[in-house]
Amino acid sequence: MSSIAIDPPDHPIDHPHGPKPGLLRWVFTTNHKDIGTLYLWLSLTMFIVGGSMAMCIRAELFKPGLAFFEPGFFNELTTLHGLIMIFGAVMPGFVGLANWMIPMMIGAPDMALPRMNNWSFWLLPFAFTLLISTLFINGPAPDFGWTAYAPLSTIYGPKSTDFFIFSVHLMGLSSIMGAINIIATILNLRAPGLTLMKMPIFVWTWLITAFLLIAVMPVLAGAVTMMLMDRHFDTSFFNAAGGGDPVMYQHIFWFFGHPEVYIMILPSFGIMSEIIPTFSRKKLFGYTSMVYATSSIALLSFLVWAHHMFTTGLPVIGEIYFMLATMLIAVPTGVKIFNWVATMFRGALSFETPMLFATAFLIMFTIGGFSGLMLAMVPADYQYHDTYFVVAHFHYVLVPGAVFGIIAAVYYWLPKWTGHYYSETLGKIHFWLSAVSINVLFFPMHFLGLAGMPRRIPDYALEFADFNKIASVGGFVFGCAQILFLLIVIRTIRGGPKAPAAVWEGAHGLEWTLPSPPPYHSFTTPPKVY
Amino acid sequence: MSPAPQWRGLLLALLLVNNTPAWADYVLNMTRGVTEISRGVHHLHMLIFWICVVIGAAVFSVMFYAIIRHRKSCGRTAAHFHENTVVEMIWTVIPFTILILMAIPAAELLIKMHDYTDSDLSIKVTGHQWYWEYEYMGEGITIVSRLATPQDQIQNRAVKGPHYLREVDNPLIVPEKKKIRFLTTSSDVIHSWWVPALGFKRDAIPGFINEAWARIDDIGTLRGQCAELCGALHGFMPIVVEVKTEAEFATWLAAQKAALNTPATGSTP
Repeated sequence: MSSIAIDPPDHPIDHPHGPKPGLLRWVFTTNHKDIGTLYLWLSLTMFIVGGSMAMCIRAELFKPGLAFFEPGFFNELTTLHGLIMIFGAVMPGFVGLANWMIPMMIGAPDMALPRMNNWSFWLLPFAFTLLISTLFINGPAPDFGWTAYAPLSTIYGPKSTDFFIFSVHLMGLSSIMGAINIIATILNLRAPGLTLMKMPIFVWTWLITAFLLIAVMPVLAGAVTMMLMDRHFDTSFFNAAGGGDPVMYQHIFWFFGHPEVYIMILPSFGIMSEIIPTFSRKKLFGYTSMVYATSSIALLSFLVWAHHMFTTGLPVIGEIYFMLATMLIAVPTGVKIFNWVATMFRGALSFETPMLFATAFLIMFTIGGFSGLMLAMVPADYQYHDTYFVVAHFHYVLVPGAVFGIIAAVYYWLPKWTGHYYSETLGKIHFWLSAVSINVLFFPMHFLGLAGMPRRIPDYALEFADFNKIASVGGFVFGCAQILFLLIVIRTIRGGPKAPAAVWEGAHGLEWTLPSPPPYHSFTTPPKVY
Repeated sequence: MSPAPQWRGLLLALLLVNNTPAWADYVLNMTRGVTEISRGVHHLHMLIFWICVVIGAAVFSVMFYAIIRHRKSCGRTAAHFHENTVVEMIWTVIPFTILILMAIPAAELLIKMHDYTDSDLSIKVTGHQWYWEYEYMGEGITIVSRLATPQDQIQNRAVKGPHYLREVDNPLIVPEKKKIRFLTTSSDVIHSWWVPALGFKRDAIPGFINEAWARIDDIGTLRGQCAELCGALHGFMPIVVEVKTEAEFATWLAAQKAALNTPATGSTP
């Protein structure tokens, strides 16, 4: 079944197969490696843009009193920070990794739908230009939070809300096409002999993520389209005065939004399942249970959306159901954590930079998981909801979770992509700066939330001053540390010690059989997997 | 039970540089609050917190044991095991059981929180951009409650008062030891009415009415603020609740009614 799209090995190749010269190479490319590179640079750019906004937010919150921004502009910053980090940094980062690695990991010559791949990418720069342009046009930029709750985003939304809506449409289109491409590639282009249950876990997690994307991105598109209709065509989907319901927006949004958080973490789980066995020099513990755990997390993610809405006045029986379903997710997630720890246990561990980031992921993602479990307890959630406790929770799962996952993957595969080892010393400095500062940044936010500081406020009562100051200092250090990451990546692209085909001693898999850097077209003849 | 002293010590040890004299004021943990329910919430919070601490300690100690002892640089070679059905069953079933057990007290408390019957007093709380309005149902009394912090303090032109951003012109006045039902709604966007000491927050949604209740133990002043992003001045719509004795409350209510019945242009008696 897996050999339909593969050329016969004796197919004569008589035209040159290198990249086109000049900048147009990047515009017209259909090569999975080029497109992967484009996605990753977009991701890094957006990470820096969204990060700069976070720095502005932390500067404003450094001490009580309004220091730099008007409250309205502060809301624009938090909104754009959220949107850019989620849709611009994390999601394209993972798609970039998928583009680069999935064909090489399954022995395919390219993605199944290369032209669509080009379009999926090139929609994004336009989507983000549209979104960020709202900062430079008359009137406020979107200022209702990335969640865009109605009616704040409909009747009360600024004019730029329409830019937000179309930008989200474009991002959704891009994600859906990217997901279709990934599914088509994985299901059709695997090397002969590479059965589903032999696939690397990274490929598995991406396959499942892609199904999540196809399922929920249209839901988001529906939500923002209804928003558009309410704003311009006199419908009342979310307007109580016209017979609609503002809470219905939240139901639709979180039906997208909860699977979305797994879209942002499952590929990271896959990356951990590659890196931890490599540097433990030991096979991944519980491969089968990893696959089943990932699938059950994905399925459950469709059934828990209203745990984001416990304070909206759901019926008590509904709240009990959503509490139970949410707590259930902790079981497969726990299985994954235990499996990784069991993989490390009695291995022969070494701590190169990717493994350091993976270890930090394991610890801090678990902490984020614990606060998630606490948030599932409805009566306690009445206190935690919409406070900095929630901010701490989702930053713990998204920054040391998703972002550290991407960074670990870049360190892990950068020698493969460029043919050069990065500087281990600089990588370790980057790691320690990031790992320490991120805890200084986000851990105090737990205290702030428990003490009663709501999220999304530009100014606060005096009892919150100390921890805000600490968090801001951590934020500035974390921000600066990422400049170092950019320098390390550029330095490695330009040169460095030559990397062999098998970059890491303990690495297994098809991608490590290709030279570093791999040829522009790899696996034109499918490898045999036994 | 409370972990606060240990945390405090640890944090103070970690924070080498600190030039603010305000350390005495900081808060690390959720308030116990002033109602039976809020104490229940605090108890539940601490329970799940300690469960997480115990599980975390177990997982992290195995992990750090491996990190320290099972290093290649210590001359270790990797073992070959990569599955064990019994172990995998155990670490699926045990968390499952813990979670189900946790859900029981949570559901019990939740059901208690949602029992709105036999209330002594109903107060309708309406969120506006950007202030709160309180209506004593059936009494004809309405209070409009706005931020009282002067702009000079917000713009850093004056020294900030002790209740900076958590002070209002007209606080909500309620009696102690009475079951007060709060009905929340909004006139524009979604707000969320939150006084941490009462143990709940409830969204104020335009076109809909949400319920919550509290029976406050003792007199005092409680402070909170809007918790749902509601526009530019979301951070500037605080809540202050003055809890009075029953007699004081009755006197206050009567005075309000009398003031209402006195024509605004009329002469003072």
